[in-house]
Amino acid sequence: MHHSIDVRHLFFSYPDGHPALEDVTFRVAPGEKVALVGPNGAGKSTLLLHLNGILTGPGELIICGHTLSPATLGPIRAAVGMVFQDPDDQLFSPTVLEDVAFGPIYMGLSESQVRERVRTALASVGMSGQESRVSHHLSNGEKKRVAIASVLAMEPEVLVLDEPTAGLDPRGRRNLINLLRALPQTMLVSSHDLQMVAELLPRTILLDRGRVISDGSTAALLADPHLLEAHGLEAL
Amino acid sequence: MISVHVHYLDPHRSLDSPVHALDARVKFILTVAFILTVSLTPYAAWPVFILLLAAVLSVEILSRLGLGYVQRRASLALPFVLAALPLAFSVEGTNLFTMRLGAWTQTASLEGLERFLSVGFKSWLSIQAAIVLTSSTSFPDLLRAMRAVRLPRLLVAMFGLMWRYLFVLADEALRLMRARAARSGRPGPRADSRPMPSFAWRARVAGGMAGSLFLRAFNRSDRIYGAMLSRCYDGEVRSLPLSSLSPSGWLTLAGGFSLLILLLSLGVLFWG
Repeated sequence: MHHSIDVRHLFFSYPDGHPALEDVTFRVAPGEKVALVGPNGAGKSTLLLHLNGILTGPGELIICGHTLSPATLGPIRAAVGMVFQDPDDQLFSPTVLEDVAFGPIYMGLSESQVRERVRTALASVGMSGQESRVSHHLSNGEKKRVAIASVLAMEPEVLVLDEPTAGLDPRGRRNLINLLRALPQTMLVSSHDLQMVAELLPRTILLDRGRVISDGSTAALLADPHLLEAHGLEAL
Repeated sequence: MISVHVHYLDPHRSLDSPVHALDARVKFILTVAFILTVSLTPYAAWPVFILLLAAVLSVEILSRLGLGYVQRRASLALPFVLAALPLAFSVEGTNLFTMRLGAWTQTASLEGLERFLSVGFKSWLSIQAAIVLTSSTSFPDLLRAMRAVRLPRLLVAMFGLMWRYLFVLADEALRLMRARAARSGRPGPRADSRPMPSFAWRARVAGGMAGSLFLRAFNRSDRIYGAMLSRCYDGEVRSLPLSSLSPSGWLTLAGGFSLLILLLSLGVLFWG
């Protein structure tokens, strides 16, 4: 059996030489739900962008059994559903239908399969029948749901979410948490929302200045206010 | 004036009318054909122009957009007609009047004036057709119509992205302007006596805002490209196949074409 995510000794520096990731190593088993926490600038988003090869740095990444290389980008991107922080970045098509169909079309599925995937994905986020709506007329919460549907339509093995609850009102946030709880995929969620982390994700990786500070149960991390405070987080 | 979101940029008015219900491809093709007919009709073929006007006005009435709405929007194009004004003075023919501007003499001719009025009338007709098209067709449908007539896919994809992010960018510009307004307070009760900020200062602020918008748009384009790559984008533009055109769509297309060809032939035969 392979691990869903297997990151070994990953390094990354931005073009200006500023190091963003230093010797990051961790593994996520299939079906595991893991949080990625840390202060702003800790390297969380940078790390997430490595998981499907948008950014590449020295180190080894094995995603769903494929070692990351230019040749395996296709299957890896189909296996890793990446939900970006700002849904306006993710919903780039004129209508909801075209956005959700984008991934399946590029995976080379037939028209009927694409339509079926779109239907199922929109149903699973509670947005059935909204296919013809225009993306910029959606509310923030709806945009988030459609953004998640647009990756669910690819039937990924792993869901990677960057700050999923940012910018949502309490009801939108609650709906999103319920939605995420119902999804069976392996999950890696970067967030500042420790309450959501405590509720949803049993394991937490704490990242600061590009390094893994701690990796263990969420309950244990949240019970350690000194560690949280030392890394720009606040105990619940 | 400052709203939370920008929706007024979208000209589409969702109404229940035969024109709205018509297939976007038929509307797009007929609009382009109408504009071509208008521009190919010879100068001063006034009866044909009147018939073309009757045609576009009928469609406006059918579309339930309201003549006032279309004419108000069409008036935006008026200043551009002035670009054709020199025609009145540069075409040789029967002298109408002579204008003297210092040492500079200009003579208007009847033929020149006719040409200028024809160009003005033609632009007015064309802009009305375009307004009816964009007001009665949603932009996603318009993009599909462009794909259907085999416009380059990359170009259509660029139109789509531009339209999608125009609103996001306009929202960002609104936020920047609000932030500027929030910091432009004047302290004290006698603050009104303070002079308006200088033009140079305002220009500098506007320049800064334009630069900041550019940088944000640039960063966003990077993130969008990342989001596209994440969903297996490989540089080639692909989309779902289009459904085929209905018999009534074909019929409307044929009817519209026949009418336009008839009008154009009339114009060319009698005034060409």
